[in-house]
Amino acid sequence: MDAKQLQRKLQVTIKSVPDIVTARQQGRHMALQLGFSETEATIIATVISEFARNIVIYARAGEITLKHINNSNREGIVLIAKDNGPGITDMERAMMGGYSTSGGLGLGLSGARHIVDEFDIKSDLGAGTTVMATKWLN
Amino acid sequence: MEIPVLKQNNYLIASIQAALCDGDLIALREKLVNLVTKNRSSGVILDVSGLDVMDSFSARIMRDITHMIRLRGSRSVIVGIQPAVAFSMVQLGLTLHGVPTALDLEEGLAYLDSGPAPPP
Repeated sequence: MDAKQLQRKLQVTIKSVPDIVTARQQGRHMALQLGFSETEATIIATVISEFARNIVIYARAGEITLKHINNSNREGIVLIAKDNGPGITDMERAMMGGYSTSGGLGLGLSGARHIVDEFDIKSDLGAGTTVMATKWLN
Repeated sequence: MEIPVLKQNNYLIASIQAALCDGDLIALREKLVNLVTKNRSSGVILDVSGLDVMDSFSARIMRDITHMIRLRGSRSVIVGIQPAVAFSMVQLGLTLHGVPTALDLEEGLAYLDSGPAPPP
């Protein structure tokens, strides 16, 4: 329980490619501490990896916040990726599988949305993008 | 971090034993394609058992490596995808279609030894 309390919130600054690895490793560690299974922790790490890479590629810099949430009857982890980049021009296409402007597989955002329990994205042109994903502990 | 590539008979074996950043994967792609040419290797095994996460970027590099090696007339096989990684890949929609995979190094060697012509 002490370990849990120590890890309630964690912030990772993303400004270069190696930060992607740092963020996902921290996320995996936190997920395991919260009681997620190895598989769920891998899913969480993968989602963080996609979010962090989007920050590096499209916005250059931003941050990822990992939070332990504890609502009345359930616990989970919230991943928030925030940047002050250019924003997403075509949200509908960005969320559609197979579309990429960066030469990736184009499955980052659409794939991530399908493997978490809650997903929310807000983007303002010229102001930045915030993506929020929640995974509940079963 | 540079990924070591071992040469065994006619095969090359690249073993990823730690979390890799994007640059390491891109460097591995170049290295393998060059080494296959230099050594006239007939097969490449990519052991990813140490890879913590296979996201859309690393999946794309794996696909690239497979296709590039195939264009060189050689064969490749990815081995050691961990169960948790396989699970999240499928959930993400990263199926690695057209990329040969095997359970582990031993199965990967058996696959290369079985040696049918590289698929188109």
